[in-house]
Amino acid sequence: MSEYFRNIASGVTTILTGMGITLRHFFNAVRRKGDAGIDENAYFGQVDGLVTLQYPREAVPTPQNARYRLYNDIDDCIGCGQCVRACPIECITMETIKVTKDDLEVCGKTSGGQQKRFWVPVFDIDIAKCMTCGICVSVCPTECLVHTPVSDFSEFDRDNMLYHFGNLTELEAEAKRKKLAEEKKVAAAQKADGSTEK
Amino acid sequence: MNLPINFPMFMSMSLNSWSDALSQWVPFGVPLGLVVVAAIPLVFIALYALTYGVYGERKISAFMQDRLGPMEVGFWGLLQTLADILKLLQKEDIVNRDADKFLFVVGPGILFVGAFLAFAVLPFGPEFIGADLNVGLFYAIGIVALEVVGILAAGWGSNNKWALYGAIRSVAQIVSYEIPAAIAILCGAMMAGTLSMQQFSVLQQGEYGFLHFFLFQNPIAWLPFIIYFIASLAETNRAPFDIPEAESELVAGYFTEYSGMKFAVIFLAEYGSMFMVSAIISIVFLGGWNSPLPNIGTFTLNDWTTGPVWGVFWIASKGFFFIFIQMWLRWTLPRLRVDQLMYLCWKVLTPFAFLAFVLTAVWEIYMK
Repeated sequence: MSEYFRNIASGVTTILTGMGITLRHFFNAVRRKGDAGIDENAYFGQVDGLVTLQYPREAVPTPQNARYRLYNDIDDCIGCGQCVRACPIECITMETIKVTKDDLEVCGKTSGGQQKRFWVPVFDIDIAKCMTCGICVSVCPTECLVHTPVSDFSEFDRDNMLYHFGNLTELEAEAKRKKLAEEKKVAAAQKADGSTEK
Repeated sequence: MNLPINFPMFMSMSLNSWSDALSQWVPFGVPLGLVVVAAIPLVFIALYALTYGVYGERKISAFMQDRLGPMEVGFWGLLQTLADILKLLQKEDIVNRDADKFLFVVGPGILFVGAFLAFAVLPFGPEFIGADLNVGLFYAIGIVALEVVGILAAGWGSNNKWALYGAIRSVAQIVSYEIPAAIAILCGAMMAGTLSMQQFSVLQQGEYGFLHFFLFQNPIAWLPFIIYFIASLAETNRAPFDIPEAESELVAGYFTEYSGMKFAVIFLAEYGSMFMVSAIISIVFLGGWNSPLPNIGTFTLNDWTTGPVWGVFWIASKGFFFIFIQMWLRWTLPRLRVDQLMYLCWKVLTPFAFLAFVLTAVWEIYMK
């Protein structure tokens, strides 16, 4: 019989304790839970308050070194193709055209002062496939391929997930290809002339 | 037009004068007044379920769980329930192929009618009551129990294992909890010596405000008060006694197969009976439409806050207060197991209800 009354007493006290906790949370809903990170001392002090983040209007800032969307600064890209080879899921497509001698000046140098020797008409990243492993970034010799802190890049059309970074239009690329072919032809002719002269 | 010219608006305190005046209003031989009397509780249920019931419950639950709740539709999500209703109205009215079509359709109807009929004897104020029956309280607890029929019809008619489980659990629960609830209410009836809802409120009138309430008139009154409150939670299928709809085991219990407006009607019935039991407990133990404020010297707070409109305010706020406690409990406590439910009813609440009954009788006969 005494256990019967003990059960009732513990039932009442535990219900009241629980109701106290929910009521405290109810009244603390007027303020936000602090945003101290786990490495800060205040982290364990922030028990009460709203935790909801109204996402499109407010967001947790992404860390500086985190791996999110890829971005290629095509002006610095030398078209070496290391990223294409490094990518484990082959989501980068690249096409290069060798720069003719007279165009070297036009093609210019990277911000690091290195002479660019390839036009890059096609540099496509299928961001839908990309798993943000970051291997391409680590192999890039000019550090032009980088992760940006943009984390939300959902699209309604899957084709929009294919990011184009190439810096030549199709016509320009065709012209450059023709130019290269002519230069090669001239070089081959010169070579042939030289060999006959000797 | 038979509408009386001297329609008592804020002046007198003669009992039921508004509803009597309305019911005698028969323009062109059409008893429109009676329709208005019936429409007032209906509009009240709809408005309160829409605002406080759904929106309020979602906000309260969100705040208790450190969330924000609905925020997108309108300012602070205020239009969320309207959007929900619009969605429910547009939904296809599905009756599944193997359902018992008659019971399936009639179930939500019985549920809602049961919840709504109880409002007939609810005094919305000293001047307004649908029907001032001399057995009002008996009628109210009886008609609230009519829900069992609707639940069983809905659960059986769905021809779905979860719905049937939910319905059977619900019937077992409501029928069991009727007993402690009725005995606890009987304690209140003994204190009042009447079953009329208006007389209950009249007897608890007085210049000391809340001290005249039956809860404070009797040293044992807190016991039937608490017992009735717990039992009323079970009768309205609210947590922690929500095993009939137990989402985690039974999908949605007896209304698993319902969608669209039928679902909305079941929801409305639940919120309607929630307010009804809250109103019953506040009428029997907490003075109904009486002001809880006492007269203190020259500050006659009780006199200032007594009147037909104040009565509506007091009974609505007392009802809403108990609904808040119901919601508060719902978001605090986990669900009981079926055996725990029956243990609580038959081994705890019923004996204590009998004890309270005897003690109240002794107090009323020998001590008072």
